[in-house]
Amino acid sequence: MFKVRVIPCLDVKDGRVVKGVKFVDLVDAGDPVQAAIAYDAAGADELTFLDITASHENRGIILDVVRRTAEACFMPVTVGGGVRTVDDIRALLRAGADKVSINTAAVKDRSFVKAAAEKFGDQCIVVAIDAKRVSSPGEPGRWEIFTHGGRHPTGIDAVDYAREVVGLGAGEILLTSMDRDGTKQGFDIALTRAIADAVTVPVVASGGVGSLDHLVDGVRDGHASAVLAASIFHFGEYTIRQAKEYMAQAGLPMRLDG
Amino acid sequence: MTVAIVDYGSGNLHSAAKAFERAARESGHDQPILVTSDPDTVRRAERVVLPGVGAFADCRRGLDAVPGMVEALDETVRRGGRPFLGICVGMQLMAERGREYQVTQGLGWIAGEVDRITPADPNLKIPHMGWNTLNARRLHPLLEGIPTGPDGLHAYFVHSYELKAQHEDDLVAQADYGGALTAIVGRDSMVGTQFHPEKSQRLGLALIANFLKWKP
Repeated sequence: MFKVRVIPCLDVKDGRVVKGVKFVDLVDAGDPVQAAIAYDAAGADELTFLDITASHENRGIILDVVRRTAEACFMPVTVGGGVRTVDDIRALLRAGADKVSINTAAVKDRSFVKAAAEKFGDQCIVVAIDAKRVSSPGEPGRWEIFTHGGRHPTGIDAVDYAREVVGLGAGEILLTSMDRDGTKQGFDIALTRAIADAVTVPVVASGGVGSLDHLVDGVRDGHASAVLAASIFHFGEYTIRQAKEYMAQAGLPMRLDG
Repeated sequence: MTVAIVDYGSGNLHSAAKAFERAARESGHDQPILVTSDPDTVRRAERVVLPGVGAFADCRRGLDAVPGMVEALDETVRRGGRPFLGICVGMQLMAERGREYQVTQGLGWIAGEVDRITPADPNLKIPHMGWNTLNARRLHPLLEGIPTGPDGLHAYFVHSYELKAQHEDDLVAQADYGGALTAIVGRDSMVGTQFHPEKSQRLGLALIANFLKWKP
């Protein structure tokens, strides 16, 4: 039976985990590879690295992180952040990433999605969508794509954009609600559902998880295929296993042998 | 006595090599794991692994771009009968042809074609991406000691196309995704997995260990 995925996400800057991971006694809580190994052992279904390294000359560091992770973890890894060219994707895949997520570069140039999917196959091309609600409360939901961490509006409708990038070859959508990100109020369920129901590929819900019920809601009500969270796992509020057992008790198909 | 993992520019060989090294070490079947694009190294290897990530046509082009590699594979595996494991697109390449973006010839070792997944339930997402259990269709040494069926271990899949084997006998295991999908094919000394054993944690390492001790 096919299972729902639970995906911890590690923000990595200059090769270090931002804020550190406190859920287990790591020798070095800032080492992304150690955190990845711990999540692998804890039964995470996939792992996502988001590289937020600002300077261009340090961008190679993430390749080393991915390489060392792939040496130690036999689980799927997605890497996003600053992916702009076909060569960026090739380097990440060769380092051991299974999927690469494209964000701003796809907003700027949709043909990049097509080129990437034709080159590497749609199964490894994820398009990350950062969306913010632009409709007023009470109106039917409407969301727009925002870039630069939610600061730059683009005027592009999120549902239309999702359909478009899937048509070009995106194999998965990583959907983050910029309204909910960091709030611990739960996913934007209406947004998640609008996108998940509009596209044929899996949608990973992200942004706002504060409780295990939020994870259940994202799948059951938001129709997401997978749920991504950071802080509830990193800071030891819940283990991956607790999350998966809770979701299984709520009736969702979960992999508990990991 | 080496295991050759064929490098033809299709990513992810590093993690595959590491998974083989670990399975070899832990299972007591330690043997050198070589990532190679040299046809002679493939000819000398005791076992051959063909990974593959990406689109079928692109992988085929990559394989053809390594001078002598297709011939070496054919000689070593099809005629030489040495144990072979194809992974993901490496498994799909065992078919006669692929229909991803365009019609492309495969190696023609397993009768059948690679075509887009069409689940009976239109609400199911494509790619088939994530963890699924396996349903064994027949006994195979690669599945020895690995729990299959709905309560069995999970394998990690990520694909939009599947190998539709023409002969029932070539089908070793399936996965259920709105209908049966081909998960493992096998014939003589060759076997292929649609899922990624190198990413499938417990099931994956056990399957690789089985491959390393397989004497077809």
